[in-house]
Amino acid sequence: MYKYDSYDQAMVETRVEEFRDQTRRRLEGKLSEEQFRPLRLMNGLYLQLHAYMLRVAIPYGTLNSAQMHALADIAEKYDRGYGHFTTRQNIQYNWIKLEEAPDLLADLAKVEMHAIQTSGNCIRNISSDHFAGAAADELIDPRPYAELLRQWSSFHPEFSFLPRKFKIAVIASETDRAAMKLHDIGIQIVKNDAGEIGARFYVGGGMGRTPMIAPPIRDFVPLDQLITYSEACLRVYNRYGRRDNKYKARIKILVHELGADEYTRQVEQEFAHLLEQGVEPPLAELERIKPYFADPAFETGLPTEIDRSDPDFALWADQNTHPHKAPGYVSAVISLKPVGGIPGDASTEQMHLMAELSKEYSFDESRVTHTQNIVLPHVRIADLHALWTRLDAAGLGSPNLDTIEDIIACPGLDYCSLANARSIPLAQQISKRFAETGKTRELGELKLKISGCINACGHHHAGHIGILGVDKKGVENYQLLLGGSEAQDTSLAKITGRGFDEAGIISAVETVTDIYLDKREEGERFLDTYRRIGMDPFKEALYGE
Amino acid sequence: MANDVSETDFGTSPDDVQFRFRDDEVADHAQVTVDSFLEQSNAAAVRIEPGDDARALLPHLERLRLIEVNFPSFGDGRGYSSARVLREAGYEGELRAVGDIGIDQLAYLRRCGFDAFAPDSKLDEADAETAFARWENVYQHAADTRQPIPNRRHANVGHE
Repeated sequence: MYKYDSYDQAMVETRVEEFRDQTRRRLEGKLSEEQFRPLRLMNGLYLQLHAYMLRVAIPYGTLNSAQMHALADIAEKYDRGYGHFTTRQNIQYNWIKLEEAPDLLADLAKVEMHAIQTSGNCIRNISSDHFAGAAADELIDPRPYAELLRQWSSFHPEFSFLPRKFKIAVIASETDRAAMKLHDIGIQIVKNDAGEIGARFYVGGGMGRTPMIAPPIRDFVPLDQLITYSEACLRVYNRYGRRDNKYKARIKILVHELGADEYTRQVEQEFAHLLEQGVEPPLAELERIKPYFADPAFETGLPTEIDRSDPDFALWADQNTHPHKAPGYVSAVISLKPVGGIPGDASTEQMHLMAELSKEYSFDESRVTHTQNIVLPHVRIADLHALWTRLDAAGLGSPNLDTIEDIIACPGLDYCSLANARSIPLAQQISKRFAETGKTRELGELKLKISGCINACGHHHAGHIGILGVDKKGVENYQLLLGGSEAQDTSLAKITGRGFDEAGIISAVETVTDIYLDKREEGERFLDTYRRIGMDPFKEALYGE
Repeated sequence: MANDVSETDFGTSPDDVQFRFRDDEVADHAQVTVDSFLEQSNAAAVRIEPGDDARALLPHLERLRLIEVNFPSFGDGRGYSSARVLREAGYEGELRAVGDIGIDQLAYLRRCGFDAFAPDSKLDEADAETAFARWENVYQHAADTRQPIPNRRHANVGHE
């Protein structure tokens, strides 16, 4: 994985000093809270319901074991012994003291980490495929391109006061595991007819109040123009994105209002101009970055079958692994969704253990998924049983990847100052209910996503089943949505009808899953059945209409 | 700050300029709005508001001595693009950032081509000096002459 050189290291250390200075000026009263707010946000520090929350960047979701150990130590030293992995492959700490934040950042810088631009109206952490460099189906490892973009976007002088936040995802396979088309810019690394590698740009996707799927605006950007093209996309947005209403300020609204063709025309014009300006880093820089992501030394001649004599292990191995490009290896997914647990949370001890296991079994590497789990990307199939035994003993062996128990949930009203309703208790109750009735396995792949407000941090628009918490005259109320997908078949979920109270929404989820079990045809997932039979049978069962 | 919205007395005066990175004499010209400038004028100074298209000025850069870019609110970043557009087109006169400008915007503004600063409220001189000097290196190309890190890596053979 990528390793900082002295330049990168100096940049994060300078940032620590800058933030220390900003904090000092705030504590001395030289900065008002209003002035300080955007500065702390650009360093990932939010003021939440009970305390400051700090979001730490995990570029393209990749960590080495020293970094994972450091995240565990930070949870112990500055928080209450746990951290929360997020849908943008980052980690959040919920109980931070402002005075201690600069020291925390200094601890992060020692392991080549930071909280730069994890919030604020700027270019956020670049996300990617959590199986990058391992997946059997990928064209090439997308992370070198993500790293190039990380550097370009860090402290970008022109794009640090954008109309609104800006999220970029980079993938390099036809299967989309990063919700790429639901980003402000989604980049797919592709090969053209001439066999050259380049980038396909999708611009103007997003969730939030007004979910949109990003339209493609250019099929192929040559690699030596990648940054220049990104700069053109951003400049048009910075100049013309709406600033009169924060709910209409994301680039999706600009692209929608101009139309994709007109937005594209303006980008192409800006791009032609910028090509003359020397914006692009030398192509040699990409070549410098690439070897950091070279394959580890995979062994050959390894066994490719597991011993299935332990049914619990066999179940986990079937459910929680993903095909690897090297024979004899798989990517193993550690579920952070124990039945009744808080989705995405990990304790200090669990983080230390995952760090050790990544070192022992996965070439010192782990990944954070946007579904709030952890991946050990390169595990020998022969080691799976030993790995599972240790995970299981630590409460990390839930065999529920991509099932209804593998819920994405935002922090909700338990932590977040924006939320209208709680998300976490709902996730806990739903996973318990389905574990108790034993239907989890029977339902197969079923992606359930819960947001505690319309901002959609829990990706409810993209859930096969989505739940949106709203405030109904001071009482928490939950709307049910069906039919969303964040994968290559991206679609936006639709609301079934009137909302439910807390008990009612859990029953409603059971009701729609029963309809699926009743109506499904051979090989159909919940989403497939919904797409085939439509909303009506579900509505009828829910509302008797 | 002298900020009466009239044709004759508009924009900042030399006294309002707190930081300047030019050797020439401070431009002291009455400024006009972009619309007025385009309609009439032989004015040598103009003031850009966030919603103005800086590219409208490009045919007239030769006669401009001062372009002032207003930031009514520091969170509105359109002025950063205006500045780069002007510098990319070859404008070499004074480019003055005015308005709601704080210590923590100075380095970004400087990189986008601003060489004079007239903040609404005077800034702490020591804090500003620190802010202008903070970043020894930068990651990306902008309107200044600094060589970005990716370029330095490949220019300085032997650097680790």
